[in-house]
Amino acid sequence: MASEKTPIWIARDLSRCSGCRKCEIACSLFHEKRIWPEASRIRVFMFAPGIEFPHFCAQCEDYPCVQACPVNALSVSKETGAVIVDSGVCIGCGKCIEACPGRIPHMLPRENRVLICDLCGGDPQCVKVCQEGLWNVLRVVPRGNYSYKLYARTPEEIAKDLAVKIFGEEGKQYL
Amino acid sequence: MILGYAGKFLEVDLSAKSFKEVKFSDEVLKDYIGGRGLAAKILWDRLGSKWEAIDPLRPENLLLFLSGPLTGFFPGGRICVSGKSPQSNGVVGSTVGGEFGVELKCAGYDGIIVAGEAEKPVYLFVKDSDVEIRDASHIWGLDAKQTTAVLTRECRELLKARYPQKGEWKESSILYIGPAGENKVRTAAVAAKWSHAAGYGGYGAVMGSKRLKAIAVKGTGPLPEVADLEGVKALMQEVCSNAYESELWRRWGTGSAGYEVGAKTSSEPVRNWQEEWHDEISFGVNEFENRVWVKQYWGDFGCPTTCLKLAVVRSGKFKGAITDNPDYELQAYVGTNLGIFTPEENVYMASIIDDLGLCGIQAGNVLGFVAELFQRGILTKEDLDGIELKWGDAEAFAALAKKIAYREGIGNILAEGTYRAALKIGEMKGVDVMPYAVQVKGIGVGAHGIRSEKDYPEIYSYACSVQGGDHTSTACMPLDDFRSELMMAFHDSGVYCYFNVFGLSRTLVFNFYKAVTGIELTKEDWVAIKAMKIIQLQRAMLLFGGPDLKWNLEIHDDNPPRFYEPLPSGPFKGKAIEKARVDEEKRKYYELLGWDEKGIPKSETLRRLGLDEVDKALERLR
Repeated sequence: MASEKTPIWIARDLSRCSGCRKCEIACSLFHEKRIWPEASRIRVFMFAPGIEFPHFCAQCEDYPCVQACPVNALSVSKETGAVIVDSGVCIGCGKCIEACPGRIPHMLPRENRVLICDLCGGDPQCVKVCQEGLWNVLRVVPRGNYSYKLYARTPEEIAKDLAVKIFGEEGKQYL
Repeated sequence: MILGYAGKFLEVDLSAKSFKEVKFSDEVLKDYIGGRGLAAKILWDRLGSKWEAIDPLRPENLLLFLSGPLTGFFPGGRICVSGKSPQSNGVVGSTVGGEFGVELKCAGYDGIIVAGEAEKPVYLFVKDSDVEIRDASHIWGLDAKQTTAVLTRECRELLKARYPQKGEWKESSILYIGPAGENKVRTAAVAAKWSHAAGYGGYGAVMGSKRLKAIAVKGTGPLPEVADLEGVKALMQEVCSNAYESELWRRWGTGSAGYEVGAKTSSEPVRNWQEEWHDEISFGVNEFENRVWVKQYWGDFGCPTTCLKLAVVRSGKFKGAITDNPDYELQAYVGTNLGIFTPEENVYMASIIDDLGLCGIQAGNVLGFVAELFQRGILTKEDLDGIELKWGDAEAFAALAKKIAYREGIGNILAEGTYRAALKIGEMKGVDVMPYAVQVKGIGVGAHGIRSEKDYPEIYSYACSVQGGDHTSTACMPLDDFRSELMMAFHDSGVYCYFNVFGLSRTLVFNFYKAVTGIELTKEDWVAIKAMKIIQLQRAMLLFGGPDLKWNLEIHDDNPPRFYEPLPSGPFKGKAIEKARVDEEKRKYYELLGWDEKGIPKSETLRRLGLDEVDKALERLR
């Protein structure tokens, strides 16, 4: 994938997530050279044990976050289809977070800049470790003409769905 | 400052409602590392001179939550809970898996030291350097799942309200107690994530005695800097690659053992250890896998093994019961040990134990003990408040577990744990019931018997361990054997999951330590000097004991009486352990540990290790 640099998408099978958070470790090591879960562009949420899932950019077809940025700090990579943050330009206003249907972007702790998955330039590290661990929650697929925006949902919305899927109707009471 | 550490500890005095930051010198951290080792050091320094007088369930006890330098880096995050144990009156380094230790380091603390006691129920909320003691009256009394749900929501609302700029907040990491801990039940655990427990030691009761319902932590910083990041990454990869190859534990966790350890090695507790063999294929791992496991690979921070399996009962009488696996210890202790041989009943029992905040091993040990007394007619239905405690009756055992957690009726006696309950029941009934108590120094023996000699513990492992019946800290020779408690003390002090160590060279963990901290430490130095100091400290405090009980080494440095009875069934039928052999091995072990013939650390041993004060203090026992 990396060499071809065709636009990609990270397919996600959330209910398989083991909660190992190797994606957070790999992402933060790649981008920040530290193990730093809160600075990871992909974050595993766990509002109740057993319903862990990774929350990260869905790469919407219309990129509402990019459109919402008042200072043009966000752009779309032609090569990969990822949203690229120019952190020198980002003013940390949070407009992209408000514009995202899944409220997925978040701020780098202690600094005033936003974090969004950049697909690691086309070779996402989170997918690598997830595949290596055979969890198979994340997989790189060619970007197609699909409604990826459907996947931009808030952690609460996803957690509610997964709780019922995994625990049955009773699952809601654990949130 | 040594790399790999956040560099400071948080001390909370619940009586004074005050906080302070505490630092330990590089020398102390080099010698005692973190977790279990550092716990022994802190407890000795602060409580050692008056150890016998310290009541574990009074405000003078300290409750420690300690990470280690390897926490977060070594795959499989854990946190070590310690203090003076209300079970052994010594020190147990009791670890529990989860994200808490990682979160704590990201908040800038290597550990939390809790002193005093709160006037009314509280929980501690830590967000980086912001620390708050908060009212917990609305969660006091709630079970594990309710507590987790309410606190997760509440802490997230707090974060949103106070730090509004940041987009979506993740959950905080939480350690909590259930009703059992609140009621100072000596078999109560400090728990995480519904079904993870720091069980050995009974620190749930200590937390309850301090009226501390929970600690919630959110840390937004990175893990501390390490000495050699590329080295750490390479070692993480080596640990993971090895674990990924381990089909057994990845696929089944320890969940295949509920059948295998009974059927093959014949060392599983069955009906309070009256047998250690069974051949119940209804308890086969395939039954768990196909009927109750809804998530086959479930793990904690950084874990490649994911030995946990999320189990849910979907239909029938026990519909809605949820737990993890159950892992082998709970398959055994709230399964076979109670005569229960189906996944659904086993998941139900484990779920009840989780919800009440009990330790599954200790609670299963006491439940089995009582059921045998019922079987023998020593305790009657009337004694048990109307419960007919028949082997295999999950609902009867669950009813009794609830009585224990709430200290109702007979539950009030059983809440003291197997050993103390045996003393009391013996007194009440005028019968010696100690032969049915399968424990060592107040700690129920883990679910790995020694009679068949086909399992990993040695015949002297429990008798000589400084953590009593703890199957994760067994005495073994040679002292650098991978099962030895001196080696286990490294995992419990570095604070990571030793399940990810299996199959790797025994020096890897020391290389890992060096890559993180920059400090060279050989296995030989660890065993001969550093672990030795930790074990001597633990031994000394165990021997001082008090205030309610003290151990008489001639009687208590020994196996439970049951292990000297011949196995009545299975492939090793008739086999028992000879006391003379145990005594001989014990003597060798004492010698290696530098203890005198009574089992007390010798003066020369302690002085060689620089533990002169311990030597002086031990004079009162010699």
